[in-house]
Amino acid sequence: MADMGNGDAFVAFERVQKSYDGETLVVKDLNLTMPKGEFLTMLGPSGSGKTTCLMMLAGFETATHGKILLDGKSINDIPPHKRGIGMVFQNYALFPHMTVAENLSFPLEVRKIGKSEREQKVKRALDMVEMGAFGGRRPAQLSGGQQQRIALARALVFEPELVLMDEPLGALDKQLREKMQFEITKLAHDLGITTVYVTHDQTEALTMSDRVAVFDDGRIQQLDPPDVLYEKPQNSFVAQFIGENNTLEGKITEIKGNTCVVKLDDGQEIDAIPINVDKVGERTRVSIRPERVEFLKDRLSPDAHLIKAEVLEFIYMGDIFRTRLRVAGNNDFVIKSRNAPDQVRLKPGAQIEIGWLAEDCRALDAS
Amino acid sequence: MTDATAGTDQTTTGSPATTDAKGGMIAADGTPLKKSLSRALRRQKMRALLLIAPLLLFVLVTFIAPIADMLFRSVENQIVRETLPRTVAALSDYDAGGDELPGDAVFEAAYYDVFFAAERKLHTRLGSRLNYEQTGASSLFRKSGRGIDDIGEVYQDQFEDLDERWDEARPWAELMGDPEWIAAQDAWSEDDGAMPPFELRDGIRDVLPRTAMAYETFARFMQTEEEDSPLEEEPWTVVHTALYQDISENGVAGYSGPGADRLQAVEALIASPDFETIRFQDGFEEIDEDWVDPEIWKTIKTYSPPYTSGYFLNAVDAQKTADGPALRDEDERIYGLLFKRTLFMSMVITISCILLAYPIAYLLSNLPMRTANLLMILVLLPFWTSLLVRTSAWKVMLQQQGVINDVLVWLGLVGDADRLVMINNQFGTIVAMTHILLPFMILPMYSVMSTIPPSYVRAAKSLGATNWTTFWRVYFPQSVPGIGAGSILVFILAIGYYITPEIVGGTTGTFISNRIAYHISSSLNWGLAAALGAILLAAVLILYWAYDRIVGIDNVKLGG
Repeated sequence: MADMGNGDAFVAFERVQKSYDGETLVVKDLNLTMPKGEFLTMLGPSGSGKTTCLMMLAGFETATHGKILLDGKSINDIPPHKRGIGMVFQNYALFPHMTVAENLSFPLEVRKIGKSEREQKVKRALDMVEMGAFGGRRPAQLSGGQQQRIALARALVFEPELVLMDEPLGALDKQLREKMQFEITKLAHDLGITTVYVTHDQTEALTMSDRVAVFDDGRIQQLDPPDVLYEKPQNSFVAQFIGENNTLEGKITEIKGNTCVVKLDDGQEIDAIPINVDKVGERTRVSIRPERVEFLKDRLSPDAHLIKAEVLEFIYMGDIFRTRLRVAGNNDFVIKSRNAPDQVRLKPGAQIEIGWLAEDCRALDAS
Repeated sequence: MTDATAGTDQTTTGSPATTDAKGGMIAADGTPLKKSLSRALRRQKMRALLLIAPLLLFVLVTFIAPIADMLFRSVENQIVRETLPRTVAALSDYDAGGDELPGDAVFEAAYYDVFFAAERKLHTRLGSRLNYEQTGASSLFRKSGRGIDDIGEVYQDQFEDLDERWDEARPWAELMGDPEWIAAQDAWSEDDGAMPPFELRDGIRDVLPRTAMAYETFARFMQTEEEDSPLEEEPWTVVHTALYQDISENGVAGYSGPGADRLQAVEALIASPDFETIRFQDGFEEIDEDWVDPEIWKTIKTYSPPYTSGYFLNAVDAQKTADGPALRDEDERIYGLLFKRTLFMSMVITISCILLAYPIAYLLSNLPMRTANLLMILVLLPFWTSLLVRTSAWKVMLQQQGVINDVLVWLGLVGDADRLVMINNQFGTIVAMTHILLPFMILPMYSVMSTIPPSYVRAAKSLGATNWTTFWRVYFPQSVPGIGAGSILVFILAIGYYITPEIVGGTTGTFISNRIAYHISSSLNWGLAAALGAILLAAVLILYWAYDRIVGIDNVKLGG
């Protein structure tokens, strides 16, 4: 996955733009390449352009500008039914007037596959999603999770090399969703299919994907594997959107090598790594993950900058403690600490000092 | 504890048993749960009932009751039995299958019946009723009403010649009436209100049974209908006929009451060879020769029961005969043709509505809301115009000197001499009714189509289906409920349509409903109209049932 040369790209967007009304661009200059077999998630808030990208790939929307390549060939002018891309829709879109088996048989019939082979493939696909006994039922007689499996089986039954999924788990309850996340990922990897998955649920994106493309404002803000995305967000939006995040605002006062000193608005100074800031005097927003904040001095390096904090709230959450602090004027500064036998439980009102490793504190754009 | 299943489900906390002996749940106070639930809901139900009560009442009075009355009228046939009670009884062993005239007893009964009916002016109504079954019956009865007096006059004249008093009111009344009644009637003045009801003299019925019957009928009729005193009115000639019959049959030798001498004189007169008599049959023949044709008697016999299938047989081009129902002659059949035409044309109208409405509904459901609403107004526009105006507009458009023909002639597509005939025929009716009923097809189709999510179409395409396959295999089946709802609506409306076929249908484009209207307002044969209507109603119900079996009424959606 490291090597993403254009040569082995299975799916590629090249300078793709999309506008619905001729005035505003919903997708602005999208460039993206995917190797075969990758599970890529498009993540972003609603209106960020991720679904539009998926629909352009499926052929239901045409790109206003740019090229979309599938296996090296431009598919801009190929109608959706000739693209051979499997797709799972948000509300499953199982045909209500057909049985489950007929639904699965449909893509095979339109491909003029013989009856016996068809039946064989339908059976295999149903077994694959563990729904072998439900072939004769109507979609309305199935639960949400079962319909989801059938929709998945239908998208896979004609053996497409690329499968698109548009928020397929949105309608399921939490437990079922987690189970299906695992099953979809496993299936995709076992079958070696290339998958583009659209969601607005960041947990889903992080747990399922090989790479995640974070969309905002019609652009990919960051495209990286989940761990990189979480630990090394490239800008404030990604830091804010993925996981829980503490932010402190201030000004860069000094840059030395790959660290810098940020003077917070209340005058305290902290160390950080400059990510997309480069000038002394520039305003910045620093980002620190709650679980990387320490308040016990013996766990911090001696030369780390410490800043004052006041405990506002202590929440017991079972596996972790969630403590809300006031730090440099920010009342929503959260720290998370593991529920270990020797863990300190902070009392509201306590004045403490907190700190972190400089590499965990990322100075990002202030916007 | 009432719990018979103690020990299985009992708790030890002393809470009341929750099930009774039969296993039904019981409430906390010991009453069965179902009962206490229904009590709790009763108030709610009463309120619901009150809310719908006005509508229910309205529907009952204006809709259900008239339909029931109509259904009743289609089989009701009391009029023959009520107007000709004696004839119907006398005809009971008459063989309607043969070619013989009924016996004298029937003519005698018919004489009395027709006479009384004529006096009551009921004979014309009966004539019209029987005229539906046998042409000419109406004029026959009208004629008989005028001529029936002739039979009695034969006797009246001779009795009068014998004794003036046979033509005077008072002597008749004294012969037939109870003396006490005569006294009361004499004392009566107009300010007293109702006259004292006539009563026969004791014993006179035994001596002169027919005369008593005829005179009593006369006297009662005078008192109630004419409000004249029988003491001042000469009796009808029917009374004289009855007197002749009584005396010639039994004589009055044993009678010694008042007027015995007069009666004996009559007996002597009748016995004399010069006395002129007339057979009832001859009398009827003199009125009209049709009376000695067995047909009229067969008809009366056939339609004598109080309920008849005759109207229904009529409505399907059949008639009652002695051998049971039989089809009418080929050239007399009309309703079968009309029913077939109504069904056929309704079907054509429904199909053309489907063909025209489907693309429009599809377009409407796929357009953005604003545009769709605007177009919807255009669809609904005809609803805001009077039906009559729309139909008349079609008349203007389609007639031979009309807009369309003018344009075609101007374009040179049609010669001026052979302009197209597009109105006053089936074509005109189909065009106008398709236009008028189109919104009823579009609306249910639209409401069903707008609930089909676009993702189905996308899913089908992503699975490799061409546009046509997507439409035919995925979109169309889901739009069928809309087609079904629209078709039922349009077809049922079309089958009973009246105004449009009446105006643009001419003779070949009219529906059965036009015929029903004709029988209601022109021929006044309400029984036949009711039977035709009942058949139409049954046809609609059968179609509805068939539709439910084939498509399923659950599949019909008028909205969401």
